[in-house]
Amino acid sequence: MTTHDIELTVNETEVELTVDSRTLLVHALREDLDYTGPKVGCESSKCGACTVELDGDAVKSCTVLAVQADGASVRTVEGFADGDDLHPIQQQFSAEHGLQCGYCTPGMVTTTKHLLESNPDPTREEIRTALKGNICRCTGYQNVVNAVESAAAALAAGEGESAPDDVELQTDYPTPGED
Amino acid sequence: MFPPHFDYHRASSIDDALDVLERHRDDDPRILAGGHSLLPDLKNGRASPDVLVDIGEIDGLRGIESGVDVESDTDHGTGQTAIGALTTYADVLESDHLERHAPVLTDATRVLADLQIRNRGTVGGNLTAAEPGADLPAAALAADATIHVRGPDGERTIDAGEFLGADGSESALGERELVTEIRVPPSPTGGYAKKTHPASGYAMVGVAAVLEIDTETIADARVAATGVLEHAVRLTAVEDALVGERVDEAIETAAERAGETIDPADARSDDHASGEFRVHLLSTYAAQALERAMEVDA
Amino acid sequence: MTGPRKGENESEDEAGGIAGPARREDEALLTGRAEYTDDLRDPDAAHLAFVRSEYGHAEIEGIDATAAAELEGVLGVYTWDDVAASESPGVLPSSTGSLDCEVPAHPVLARDRVRYQGQPIAAVVAENRYRARDAVDAVAVDYDPLEAVVDSVEATAEGAPTLFDGAPDNVAATTDQGDREATEDAFDDPENVVDIELENNRLISSALEPRAALAEYDAAEDRFTVTMTSQSPHGHRQKLAHTLGLSERQIRVISPSVGGGFGHKGHHHPGEAMAAWCARDLERPVKWTATRSENYLEGAHGRDHRTTAELAIDDDGAIRGLRVETHANVGGYGLDGGASMPGWYGGLLSSQYRIPAIHCETHAVFTNTAPVHSYRGAGRPEAIYVTERLVDVAARELGIDPVEFRRRNLIEPDQFPYETPVGASYDSGDYERGLEEALELADYDDLRARGRDRDDGRLRGVGVACYTESTGGGFESGVVRVHRDGGVTVSAGTHSHGQGHETTYANLVADVLEIPTDDIDVMEGDSDSIPTGTGTFGSRSTIVGGSAIVESAEAVLAKARRFAADRLEVEPDAVAYGDGEFSVRDGAESGSGSSADTVSFADVAGMAYGWGVPEDMDPGLEETTFYEPDGTAYTFGTHVAVVAIDPETGELELERYVAVDDCGERLEPTIVEGQVHGGVAQGIGQAVSERASYDGDGTLLTNSLDSYAVPRASHLPEIETGQTVTPSPRNPLGVKGIGEAGTIAAPPAVVNAVVDALAHLGVRHVDMPLTDEAIWRAIRDSK
Ligand SMILES: Cc1cc2nc3c(=O)[nH]c(=O)nc-3n(C[C@H](O)[C@H](O)[C@H](O)COP(=O)(O)OP(=O)(O)OC[C@H]3O[C@@H](n4cnc5c(N)ncnc54)[C@H](O)[C@@H]3O)c2cc1C
Ligand code: FES
Ligand code: FES
Repeated sequence: MTTHDIELTVNETEVELTVDSRTLLVHALREDLDYTGPKVGCESSKCGACTVELDGDAVKSCTVLAVQADGASVRTVEGFADGDDLHPIQQQFSAEHGLQCGYCTPGMVTTTKHLLESNPDPTREEIRTALKGNICRCTGYQNVVNAVESAAAALAAGEGESAPDDVELQTDYPTPGED
Repeated sequence: MFPPHFDYHRASSIDDALDVLERHRDDDPRILAGGHSLLPDLKNGRASPDVLVDIGEIDGLRGIESGVDVESDTDHGTGQTAIGALTTYADVLESDHLERHAPVLTDATRVLADLQIRNRGTVGGNLTAAEPGADLPAAALAADATIHVRGPDGERTIDAGEFLGADGSESALGERELVTEIRVPPSPTGGYAKKTHPASGYAMVGVAAVLEIDTETIADARVAATGVLEHAVRLTAVEDALVGERVDEAIETAAERAGETIDPADARSDDHASGEFRVHLLSTYAAQALERAMEVDA
Repeated sequence: MTGPRKGENESEDEAGGIAGPARREDEALLTGRAEYTDDLRDPDAAHLAFVRSEYGHAEIEGIDATAAAELEGVLGVYTWDDVAASESPGVLPSSTGSLDCEVPAHPVLARDRVRYQGQPIAAVVAENRYRARDAVDAVAVDYDPLEAVVDSVEATAEGAPTLFDGAPDNVAATTDQGDREATEDAFDDPENVVDIELENNRLISSALEPRAALAEYDAAEDRFTVTMTSQSPHGHRQKLAHTLGLSERQIRVISPSVGGGFGHKGHHHPGEAMAAWCARDLERPVKWTATRSENYLEGAHGRDHRTTAELAIDDDGAIRGLRVETHANVGGYGLDGGASMPGWYGGLLSSQYRIPAIHCETHAVFTNTAPVHSYRGAGRPEAIYVTERLVDVAARELGIDPVEFRRRNLIEPDQFPYETPVGASYDSGDYERGLEEALELADYDDLRARGRDRDDGRLRGVGVACYTESTGGGFESGVVRVHRDGGVTVSAGTHSHGQGHETTYANLVADVLEIPTDDIDVMEGDSDSIPTGTGTFGSRSTIVGGSAIVESAEAVLAKARRFAADRLEVEPDAVAYGDGEFSVRDGAESGSGSSADTVSFADVAGMAYGWGVPEDMDPGLEETTFYEPDGTAYTFGTHVAVVAIDPETGELELERYVAVDDCGERLEPTIVEGQVHGGVAQGIGQAVSERASYDGDGTLLTNSLDSYAVPRASHLPEIETGQTVTPSPRNPLGVKGIGEAGTIAAPPAVVNAVVDALAHLGVRHVDMPLTDEAIWRAIRDSK
């Protein structure tokens, strides 16, 4: 067995740690560095709960060795909010009730960010295809797709701004607080 | 679901990688590229090498160049496109050049796995792992790709069919050989049609097609399938039925012959699709692939 | 019911239409701050992993753990002998009392025989989870494989291998529901009888968070704290007490954030029990987290029924009787109530129809498969599927439109409460209204008029399924505790795992107490600080937990009013209350001039805990209610699926999916919709892609997400929803549960649609899952 001293930049903070060759990035993040935002749902690259940004790309951190990431920068869902202000994608997941148990959510949010960076105005079908690597067992994806759509609109309208009125949403139920 | 122990080396260059492979020749060394076939194998106990040689940081192995040898940066004047072994699927999809000159690869990559995996998996890894339902093996056969490798005995070029064991034989890649690039001759046509497995996301059946068209007549055709057998395979009956025919007339009858050369008893089978069903699907997906190939040409 | 609310949820109009956070729990979940069991860091924790049976059925000849025990970092390797030598019984609870046979319950580690693949044989504890897996690999088990049986019908045949000596025919229990004789009479005219044989496919709940537990043992107190992913903390406390041989007071179960449950996280498995057992043995915290494949191997799985059913109809198309016989696969052991569950599954067989006579005979059968227990719906999807398929087949055979046939047989609004022959007492409903609403949303008449063929060569079909769902059984506790400063802590014995209780409960209490939701905390998931409760399953939390909380809140308000009356120097019924302030009701006689005009809720709280409370009043402002509803609330609705099928490839597209549900009052419409979406997605999963399958040796073929097809976003249609509202008279909120509706209605709606598309070819039924191949074969075999 070999161990390796590695350096990572996680959510803009540089950290050094020692890992076994076989340690998966997701375990290094969660257990050694206490970034438990990325979840383990299958440890086999099928569910997307462990999705993080690695050097700007969304990847499944259960299928990357920690030592492979030596020198890389990682962003977990903990690094999305700006202080107390949620990232617009996070805001829209909440506003559209795009999460129930929340276990898939860190991965969903991260994948969504990557999708919207390369395709700022995706169709609902494109959203569904882009989320192929992220399983949600709670929401039936309906409100997840709504959330991604709204997030696209919110981002287009300017960081953190509200969704413009012309976002076409499938549902028009009131938010709690109204009758 | 947890990898066993191994030693890890990060190679700084191709020579370094070959050197480490050589030094650890008795430790069942394995090359690590994107890791999206190898790490699952390690976790499942399907592979247990003592040494991994990570080639992921060798910049010279990445990139798509036209008519240029990626590694030596020299023009080999064949008009071929060279794809570095470490080129990711995401890189492939960003290449306009590939879309124009080898659309079959772009088309297959578009439906390969998912967004996250496309950021990580590599063309070289895909063809080397050559998993039964992988998409690129069929595309590489249809594209008439050649695989360039370096090993203890120097450089050599392997034809995709041989490399992929498309006739059912072992892959021609030798021990401690490293794939450096994949070259594809220019072809303006090409299409890929995939029936995605509902659980694994790999191809239940995938068909890749490249046509050479000479004023309305099919001069040459390369059609290959994945997902059906343990290895990708050329659908020679379809190819034969296409060559010499008029483009607008041949597809349907040719595609019908897609299953002819494969015995359903040899085909892969699981809970979602039996061998018989996979062979049945071949015709439909062959027809779709051919239609896509022509669309691109138009 | 719900009035306007104060507090955070009013952000609606700020900043031009940002919809405020839909739920209070969202922010923690979205930022990664929420903690699930495996997220908890305990630097001292050791890790538990299991050696599991490779075989479906085998004798264990020997276990060699020497190599594993010698590995560096391995703290202990345990087998059944170690458990047997301890003070714990080491067997999981089982409702064998209600079975027809005497069979052993599930041991935490196999004694000498394994009865399903994946059954735990040995437990290994090591310094970290990787090491624990190394040790698992190093344990050598010597098996003597036995012949296996995995199918519930085959298991009852002559000569089938048997699992238990106490059940020589593998039958755990045979149960009757309804009236056999009356039903036989209804079938006296064999002319008008329609039958069907069908399978309800075995499913795996597939919550995204795997099972996990972190157990600590306090030797000085002889007390355990088990933090685990549970939808029923008090239920798990009770079960752990059984397995470990303890009193419930010696165990504290904490359930933090839970990543989905769907029934599975209410069941008790060896993992959490052995984590606790090892923690005591090693005097160290022990953590256990299952892998995805372990979750799949170990179960509990859901469904797995094989059924034959017949419907008797008279010449006018009125249903006369329904006769059902089911073999329910319960797996290798009776896990808790899993083996007795088939005995009551028939309770919903009447669906929405007037069926004068019903009889259902169910055989619960042991096989060499993972134990089967409740999975979202738990018996209700199985029952409705039988009736809704049969009704569809009958309509077709009578030449009546399936919708028209249903209409003729619906229970009428004035027939409630309606007693079915299988013991269900439907509380309220307007079934026809729900049906018509769904048909209108789906444009049913138009779909019918357009017919089956379109110019793209695909075959269209429309499927309708009506359903009823029994919701809200058992009792629940609800506490409303007002603090000295007027802040409120609400707690309940339920446990949210995605249902948004924090939001629902806070809003319920805010409505009653008329204080901002920001002043209210909601607490669930700690058996020490919450009175005994039942848990979250069976679509019960809002009905039972919500009602308990509201009752407590109302009692708190009544008491607060009396304090206020004292301060205002009037009689309590002269006190008005609004917006957090008590005042003297208009026109009421006010007290002496010295008293205040108003007194706030917070002031009253201060009074309740102040020195010297008014005479004839007890100090404190806190109420606990143990609430049990007056009876079951029956949710109902109609779902419509529209499909297109490629006859060449069998490829199925769900072009539309319409769900109209009536769950009484909707307290949180957003959350209700979310529950419908999720249920429908799981129901569609069952209908089109999910099936846990075993080979003849008892090897699970679908042991990972590579082979078990959980629906992904691209596999599902847009889910269109509608509603009708028929309040339940059986609880004060008028609510009915909604958690399982989609899993009940979607399978028959989708199968009915597919059969509709293929009926002209002579296809009468296709078993789920409707994979492309299954559809292709149905078409081919019909030719
Ligand atoms: C969940 C999931 C879904 C997937 N779905 C699909 C799909 O739909 N279609 C599809 O085609 N693929 C799919 N894949 C496979 C994926 O594309 C892999 O990335 C690919 O097969 C291997 O590429 P890699 O770079 O990750 O290789 P690695 O895993 O690093 O290596 C694979 C093998 O090739 C060897 N190797 C790698 N590079 C070289 C080289 N340059 N020279 C010599 N040997 C080398 C390695 O030693 C190893 O044996 C999926 C994978 C996962 C995890
Ligand atoms: S945990 Fe990484 S994809 Fe599931
Ligand atoms: S919200 Fe539970 S898995 Fe997506």
